[in-house]
Amino acid sequence: MPGSDLIRRAFLVGALICAPAILCAEAPRRVVSMNLCTDQLAMLLAAPGQLVSVSNLASDPRSSAMADRARDFPANQGRAEEVYLMQPDLVLAGTYTARASVAMLERLGVRVVTFDLTTRLEDVPGQIVQMGDLLGRPEQAAALAATYTADLKAFQDTVARTPSAALYAANGYTTGAQSLSGQILLTAGFANVATEAGYAFGGMMPLEVLVMKAPEAVITSRPYPGATNAEAVMHHPALRAVQDSRARGSLADSDWVCGTPYILRAVADMAALRRRLTTGAP
Amino acid sequence: MMTLTRLLATLVGVLFVAALVIGPAGTGPVASLRALILGDGGPLTLVMREIRLPRALLAAMIGAALGLAGAAMQGFLRNPLADPGLIGVSGSAALGAVIALQTGVATMTAFALPVSALAGALIGVLLVLLLAGPRGGSLTLILAGIAISALAGALTSLVLNLSPNPFAANEIVFWMMGSLADRSMTHVWIALPLIVLGSAMLLSLGRGLDALTLGEDAAQAMGINLARLQLTLILGTAAVVGASTAVAGAIGFIGLVVPHVLRGFVGARPGRLLPASALGGAVMLLAADIAVRMILPERNLKLGVLTALVGAPLFLHLIYRTRRAIA
Repeated sequence: MPGSDLIRRAFLVGALICAPAILCAEAPRRVVSMNLCTDQLAMLLAAPGQLVSVSNLASDPRSSAMADRARDFPANQGRAEEVYLMQPDLVLAGTYTARASVAMLERLGVRVVTFDLTTRLEDVPGQIVQMGDLLGRPEQAAALAATYTADLKAFQDTVARTPSAALYAANGYTTGAQSLSGQILLTAGFANVATEAGYAFGGMMPLEVLVMKAPEAVITSRPYPGATNAEAVMHHPALRAVQDSRARGSLADSDWVCGTPYILRAVADMAALRRRLTTGAP
Repeated sequence: MMTLTRLLATLVGVLFVAALVIGPAGTGPVASLRALILGDGGPLTLVMREIRLPRALLAAMIGAALGLAGAAMQGFLRNPLADPGLIGVSGSAALGAVIALQTGVATMTAFALPVSALAGALIGVLLVLLLAGPRGGSLTLILAGIAISALAGALTSLVLNLSPNPFAANEIVFWMMGSLADRSMTHVWIALPLIVLGSAMLLSLGRGLDALTLGEDAAQAMGINLARLQLTLILGTAAVVGASTAVAGAIGFIGLVVPHVLRGFVGARPGRLLPASALGGAVMLLAADIAVRMILPERNLKLGVLTALVGAPLFLHLIYRTRRAIA
């Protein structure tokens, strides 16, 4: 019967329109984020006044890609007591955010949503959409996710040669393909020597193993102020010699640690390094 | 005596070569040594010359320095419990080094780091000698050492906790336990001058320490200037412990174990014990550093863990033996 079909169709359309409308009606009004990565996703998507506080790391330019924006928000240290007193109706946390604080907030009846750690660049749109749904801003999230997906696609064309590279950070920590930073390297067209050396997820790679692998590029993390032995390994003459004979790059934690659209800046940096290596262009 | 020296020197040589050919890269010993000496311009030469050679050199140098410092302090205080690690000198040196690193003084000139550690060690030695008194009775010596170690350790932790660097706080264990992982030739050059200078000062004490075994009056009658002897001991100890700790952290018990083991072989003469303890210290630290690379190579085990596992039971034994003197 055409009439009932029309009604059914009208009901379906209504449901589709209502679904976001219901979310809009229930959108949280006081959101507190306790994790560097949820801080940045929330700042990108939240309506004015909706986000009450972000973590103190978010305003540190060494770790955050949105340090300037974050200074507009009161910072929290991720302690249950201060977060509870902000009277949030939604708390955003990461999987590894202080477990005790998160458990305490949940006991106190606060709604806490935990975001998983991103290990693949393809996971980022999902997290953007998840954040958009939570904040009642699905349209903005869909648009951001679409832009990100299109930008990512631009990097995924095949490259003629994949030079070998290694990531090397404080304490000789390296990461392989099963991590977000490893994925950045792969997407930029490098072959990661850590993966073939048996550090697919990451771990402490002894300096002599790295030197013997002799990768074409060694990408080290930028040191923090205050000298430590942990970071001294990145100034080791043996590592310098490997880098001098080949290529060196550096990674800024701010663009590398979180699954946000800013991660594509890191991919672009690495792709530029690879092009310099393979074509010899400056 | 000569056979003991020859035996210890041979052991140092054998362990030095072993330290050069053992490592996580897992290359053959012959290829490794050829790459070290002849140099093929490849990565193995880089590994041998810039990673393994400085590590082996530092193990030998620092082990010798700590063994010598222990033997000299024990000879001067006539007390087998005196060890730079136990009486807080290493801990004070670590504090000096950490202050230099965290204030940025260490980046100004290469020698700021060892000199600051030397200053820390000097304050530690002076405090211990002041607290324990000229005769260095066991009880006051150990109590003074505990207090200075605790204070220096707490201040080291405080400085590292206040650092803007997120990795600094994890470094507390390096400064308390010591490690030679990923040290370079730069560290060898930083530590070498002060270790050579301090060792020369300590080795020159042989005759004075021998005379001192007969008592202070007898030593003075034999023409030993006790004030000068004490000053040389203090400066020499501060120099070797400061330079060692600045590049490798506080490695304990070498100065306790080595003189104790060797004392019987040299007829309990402190003058002879000095060079023997230097060689013995090199043997012990080279062996310990090889062991940390063979047991749990992926966990970056600290040297102090091994030296304490050997040294602490001996320390307990020494306390048990000297308890009548303490009581």
